[in-house]
Amino acid sequence: MTKVGPILTVVLAIMALWYVACIPMNVQETLTAAERAGAVVTPDNARARAEVGRFSLMLQNTETLAGSWSVERARLPAPHQIVAELWDSTWTEEVYGRRGIVNSGSLSNKSLIYHGWVTLSATVVGFAIGAGLGVLLAVGIVHSKTMDMSVMPWAIVSQTIPIVALAPMIIVVLYSFGIQGLIPKAVISAYLSFFPVVVGMVKGLRSPDAMQLDLLHTYNAGQGATFWKLRLPSSVPYLFTSLKVGIAASLVGAIVGELPVQRGGLGARMLGGSYYGQTEQIWAALFFAAGMAALLVALIGWVEARTLKRMGVQA
Amino acid sequence: MIYVLFAALIWAMGWGLNAVIANGRAAKTSAAQIGVPLIFGATVLIIWELLVTGLNISAVILPAPTAIASAFGANLAILWADFFQTFVKGAFSGYVIGCGAAFLVAIIVDRYDFLRRGLLPVGNFVAALPIVGTAPILVMWFGFDWQSKAAVVVVMVFFPMLVNTVAGLRDTSTMQRDLMRTYGASYAQTLLKLRIPAAMPFVFNGLKIATSLALIGAIVAEFFGSPVLGMGFRISTSVGQLALDMVWAEIVVAAIAGSLFYGLVAKIEQWVTFWHPSQRKH
Repeated sequence: MTKVGPILTVVLAIMALWYVACIPMNVQETLTAAERAGAVVTPDNARARAEVGRFSLMLQNTETLAGSWSVERARLPAPHQIVAELWDSTWTEEVYGRRGIVNSGSLSNKSLIYHGWVTLSATVVGFAIGAGLGVLLAVGIVHSKTMDMSVMPWAIVSQTIPIVALAPMIIVVLYSFGIQGLIPKAVISAYLSFFPVVVGMVKGLRSPDAMQLDLLHTYNAGQGATFWKLRLPSSVPYLFTSLKVGIAASLVGAIVGELPVQRGGLGARMLGGSYYGQTEQIWAALFFAAGMAALLVALIGWVEARTLKRMGVQA
Repeated sequence: MIYVLFAALIWAMGWGLNAVIANGRAAKTSAAQIGVPLIFGATVLIIWELLVTGLNISAVILPAPTAIASAFGANLAILWADFFQTFVKGAFSGYVIGCGAAFLVAIIVDRYDFLRRGLLPVGNFVAALPIVGTAPILVMWFGFDWQSKAAVVVVMVFFPMLVNTVAGLRDTSTMQRDLMRTYGASYAQTLLKLRIPAAMPFVFNGLKIATSLALIGAIVAEFFGSPVLGMGFRISTSVGQLALDMVWAEIVVAAIAGSLFYGLVAKIEQWVTFWHPSQRKH
């Protein structure tokens, strides 16, 4: 209870602030909607209202402000509107939608679950490629001095570079080879998760101290045995830390990779929402992506806890 | 074909040279530490150039380094305007506001244990989320110009900075705090003279993470709408025009800006936290 109490308070406080913020944020839209519904609004046309400040509008129209939490296409949708949109675009769409299970017999391709799956599959494929190559390069770097001195500085520098900028180009270039769909996004995801894993893994493989390495040396252990019995086990905590960073980066990569080509996915959903002013759609996609990120990181955390426990590390 | 063979030869030479230096006696010198990666980078560039020419790779797939360099030289004015719009106006102002706000909030959070226990898990959670997704919303709120980019950057850098600073402010031992108490130091004095200086390595860790996030945020936010300049705008429109040499030139600018920004923060860190073990020269 001592742990949950403060967190709950903070979350509730954020919710309360959010609801309060809805009033000034949505005042223009609320008043327009109320005017259409026949209520009396002072300045009585939208153009006059546009020239009045938000807060004086609120003071002049206190009775109509209750509509702030139910405006369509609000500048800031209220949390319950977003939850409703999430429900509509997942459960309702899948089951009762025009292309849902009741009407067409298959799952809808317009639901957030479908879009989320498009993004998730690219993220996971890209992450697997990126993390796999990252671990391999790290092993190479630790064992070859030439590789270490040539490649490692670039791997570190590359972390300060906004690699996402490459995303639109990768999509278009791969498209000109006839490659589209999942692979280009996975390439971006892989690229983004690659360098954090390399840097973290090199650190991990180097974490055994001189004493431990010397001990294996006195056992006459070769490079292979040293790697499997000492370096790899001691790199595990570092590996998982960088994997968590990597998977979050992968998800960002997949979302950004969906911006140039509008073929489904959470990124496409966000951009579509911003084109058509469907704010609830953007927020719902955002929360869906956030939930996915949290789940992915939690999943890696769970595997980490299991692995460390099996290895006998005290948590 | 001759170009490809030549490229293979250059690769063998560059790698061989590096192998000799790295395994030789001079490997520990600073000249070798800088020289080896530079030789590697130059080798890659030369091979890139040779392969593009040798295999007749079209400029709409991969432009040669010389083509990128000439695009860079020919469009200096545009690149500078884009850089100013995205980096100075968008990324840097957002960076300063976001990191400053996070620092102040961290001090308040640290003062009240209840807030720390409540806000820190939330902050940790948010720091792992794909916050670039707020870009379309913030672009809608703050318009297409640099203000919306700065807002995205503020949201992106806030939580990593907050989490790091709070961790840093707690990084004093009981002994040190007790010493301050025996001096009769007030809360403010303890904060200013002990805890903020002790937090600096963590603060700079947050600041360094935030440098790359700031550039990412500013560029990605421009993909959602921007005035007719800016690095993200130029990248997405040049990709549309298949002017890939311009895209690469813009990426070169982003790379230089990103690493210089990081280098600058790292330099200031060295200067501020000279006392920390990781900064001491052996």
